[in-house]
Amino acid sequence: MLDRRDVVARLLKDRGEALVITGLGAATYDVAAAGDDARNFYLWGAMGGAALIGLGLALAQPDRPVVVITGDGEQLMGLGAFATIAVQAPANLTIVVLDNGLYGETGGQRSHTSGGTDLAAVARGCGIAAASRVTDQAGVEALAATIATPAGAPRVVVIAVDPAEAPRVLPSRDGAYVRGRFQAALGLAA
Amino acid sequence: MDGSVPAPAALAWPDAIFAELQRWGVRQVAYVPDGGHARLIRAVHAEPSMRAIPLTTEEEGIAVLAGAALGGQRGVLLMQSSGVGNCVNMLSLVKSCGFPLLALVTMRGEWGEFNPWQVPMGSTTEAAFGLMDVGARRADRPEEVAETVAAAARMVFEGGSAVAVLLGQRLIGAKVF
Repeated sequence: MLDRRDVVARLLKDRGEALVITGLGAATYDVAAAGDDARNFYLWGAMGGAALIGLGLALAQPDRPVVVITGDGEQLMGLGAFATIAVQAPANLTIVVLDNGLYGETGGQRSHTSGGTDLAAVARGCGIAAASRVTDQAGVEALAATIATPAGAPRVVVIAVDPAEAPRVLPSRDGAYVRGRFQAALGLAA
Repeated sequence: MDGSVPAPAALAWPDAIFAELQRWGVRQVAYVPDGGHARLIRAVHAEPSMRAIPLTTEEEGIAVLAGAALGGQRGVLLMQSSGVGNCVNMLSLVKSCGFPLLALVTMRGEWGEFNPWQVPMGSTTEAAFGLMDVGARRADRPEEVAETVAAAARMVFEGGSAVAVLLGQRLIGAKVF
């Protein structure tokens, strides 16, 4: 099975101008482990909000690729986001869901994706046509090759990853600092 | 028709809000469909400089507007008082990161309300915002709306505050069936 740290490191290696939002929990640690960057906005809460922060950012910065990296549990708390994003159809938004089938932060309880929920199918059903499931390295490479290039339509890529827990790599928990740093990296007044 | 009984100046105050949003350069207008805001929502959809963003639930708007602010755009959230409780945890984003937030909330459950299910959230709307340190300002008369929205917008867009404007049900007119 794919290792989540390897997947995220590969996706961000050629990130180009991409702006990255992370869903709370392991996805935040995975992105931090790949290397801290002022263009990363790490969530430590606001569960269910990652993809929607990505939407607002993608609409505000239409010339930059925006990549949301989150987990199955975080996305399950905000399934309506797929419908809201589909209506807006931002050309530059990619949502990567690292699907390990469990809630790693809270004791490893099985998530709904272990019980039959197919997040790519949910996204398609909400109107995001470019929604797919990746289970092998070839799929990761194909996504990595286009991560820095806005796809012309929103896309959701669910990547099946090994449920093994990786060592925690903790980025700043100071939300105001991370926000200000991110905005400064875009040349905006914080 | 949105089913509401127009108050005497009902045609004017939504237009006054729209003018303020234009004046402040608001680009993203996230909303949950609402009779009180119906006229404003129509105006936003017709305005090319604004992006109308229908939500499936109110807390989505808190996240969308945080993303807008991260990317340098101003936004506003339109909703009904019944949705404020949905937003409480997502407001930790605003509080933890210091994001600006402007919410324009039409009130239910406080003036001639026919539906008792609207009363519990309508009577605790300001308190629910207060739980997460979102300031609330009220407008109950048509002539108060523009100045209240303008004052809130200044606090939000120049001061970085989180402010909700509560548009009283007396202003909007009680919904009838």
